[in-house]
Amino acid sequence: MTEITLQAGPMPTTRRAMLAEFWYYFRQNRGAVIGLIVFVTIVVLAIFAPVVAPHLPDQQYSDALLTPPAWAQGGQMRFLLGTDAVGRDILSRLLFGARYSLFIGVVVVIIALTGGILIGLVAGFFRGWVDALFMRIMDVILAFPALLLALVLVAILGPSLVNAMIAIAIVYQPHFARLTRASVMSELNREYVVSAKVAGARHLRLMFVTILPNCLAPLIVQATLSFSNAILDTAALGFLGMGAQPPTPEWGTMLAEAREFILRAWWVVTFPGLAILITVLAINLVGDGLRDALDPRLKRS
Amino acid sequence: MLQYLLRRLAILIPTFIGVSLVAFAFIRVLPGDPVLLLAGEHGMSPERHAEAMHLLGFDQPLPIQYLNYLAGILHGDFGQSIVTKRAVLSEFFARFPATLELSICAMILAAGIGIPAGVLAAIKRGSTFDHGIMGSALVGYSMPIFWWGPLLIILFSGILRWTPVSGRISLLYYFPQRTGFMLIDSLLSGQPGALASAVSHLILPAIVLATIPLAVIARQTRSAMLEVLGEDYMRTARAKGLPPSRVIGLHALRNAMIPVITTIGLQVGVLMAGAILTETIFSWPGVGKWMVDSVFRRDYTVIQGGLLIIALIIMMVNLAVDILYGLINPRIRRQ
Repeated sequence: MTEITLQAGPMPTTRRAMLAEFWYYFRQNRGAVIGLIVFVTIVVLAIFAPVVAPHLPDQQYSDALLTPPAWAQGGQMRFLLGTDAVGRDILSRLLFGARYSLFIGVVVVIIALTGGILIGLVAGFFRGWVDALFMRIMDVILAFPALLLALVLVAILGPSLVNAMIAIAIVYQPHFARLTRASVMSELNREYVVSAKVAGARHLRLMFVTILPNCLAPLIVQATLSFSNAILDTAALGFLGMGAQPPTPEWGTMLAEAREFILRAWWVVTFPGLAILITVLAINLVGDGLRDALDPRLKRS
Repeated sequence: MLQYLLRRLAILIPTFIGVSLVAFAFIRVLPGDPVLLLAGEHGMSPERHAEAMHLLGFDQPLPIQYLNYLAGILHGDFGQSIVTKRAVLSEFFARFPATLELSICAMILAAGIGIPAGVLAAIKRGSTFDHGIMGSALVGYSMPIFWWGPLLIILFSGILRWTPVSGRISLLYYFPQRTGFMLIDSLLSGQPGALASAVSHLILPAIVLATIPLAVIARQTRSAMLEVLGEDYMRTARAKGLPPSRVIGLHALRNAMIPVITTIGLQVGVLMAGAILTETIFSWPGVGKWMVDSVFRRDYTVIQGGLLIIALIIMMVNLAVDILYGLINPRIRRQ
């Protein structure tokens, strides 16, 4: 009996019907569907990189340094997108690099989301000095430009991919904390929460089981945005020499290594950046579609 | 209004304390002995170490150290660079005009193109033009600018040979720096071609830095315009028989600009982060490149001071935006 009362928040339909409704609205946005297809393709390519990639990412062909792409003059069929300054196949490095970028995005979002939700729930639920303290700390983090703070954190922790991810997750956390806090506060006085309280639900249950599921929509949209931003920022740190270290085939690090060949070998610079752009663009397209499908205000129009 | 101003300033105080605590903690959480790091010497006798420790104030209890640090900041003392031994604040101000000039030009570019593009897209909602603008905005928003910059260099400097690769002005020109803004200084110098050289050095970095704010402003302007266009008073204005130019130009634009101004204010942080990358790509001698170089040189006092100064500037800009917002929109003041 209690179970039913607790679950009967503003969820008039079953989960399956909700998913169907969500998919109906998501499908309306053609860009979002294209973004999703591209994104899924990248994920599949990343998972099967060892099978798909024609060469090993670190294998150096000393007879084929800076080979142009296959279609350009002087290109070779065995190196479709050409080779870099030490003769490594760029296509293979990009495919293995996709693993890093997706992994980075997932880890950063999970850390930032978990931390942000916990802080936001506690702050929005208990209010008072706990709220004030947490929110001032979040304000302080937000006072710094994300990339600068990440750069400084990496200067303390030392340049590495793991440290770059930790730094970026810390920088993103306030956005999730603020969003969670705001929706917790607006949900807190709704009838279904009051009835759960009256039914004797404890703080933890109220926070995680009753309120949290109803705050998820904005968090999902923010998570998508953070996912693409994490890929961009980690690549930026890699580009500055403060992220993944060579010879890791991380896209930003590849760009950093390619910088000195800017005017001599365009392909070394062009393809890693294109890979970042396509991935980030696909995720942002999906994010736009998610926002439209999850925002009840837009559904009626 | 005064009350709103005071309340807004009061919120700033804990943030300022927090930000200064972060900068204060930075030197102390670094792995290794802070005295060795700051003195910049390798191998020190114990006596010399104790002396340096006393000199730098590390023998005091932490709260006292923090208060001393805070007192220094309020007097404009942000420490001195380990590498150059010059005051961090004067090093900052030597580079700040370069970043400011680049940022202002980028912002003019972003707002000058972004706002009209957003307005037009909203008016022609659903048209090919709208789709084109919003598609480009999404691409711009997703752009890794540390790739976009090199790409433009390949095209405009490598293939077309229109623009130089790096720096602020050709070495052929030499004149006194009166304002620190190369565009103004080169104009004041009266040397033929100096201004053209400064412009050609500035244009690519400004485009690169403007890309993301431009995309954000265009998207924000469009959605703000769409919201306003659907309001009742817009229908009234049209029903009164006002010409469309007046309806859009006066009624719609003025109300739609409120969220857009906030967006522009929020882009200052984005600009600072973008300046780090843009200045590195184009060897632009500004604050962003200074910070990156300092991280590489392990010039910890510069990182500490620069971090704090940049955060303070962003806080000030946000405050200015909030005040402006309160002036335009009286409802905000009463909340």
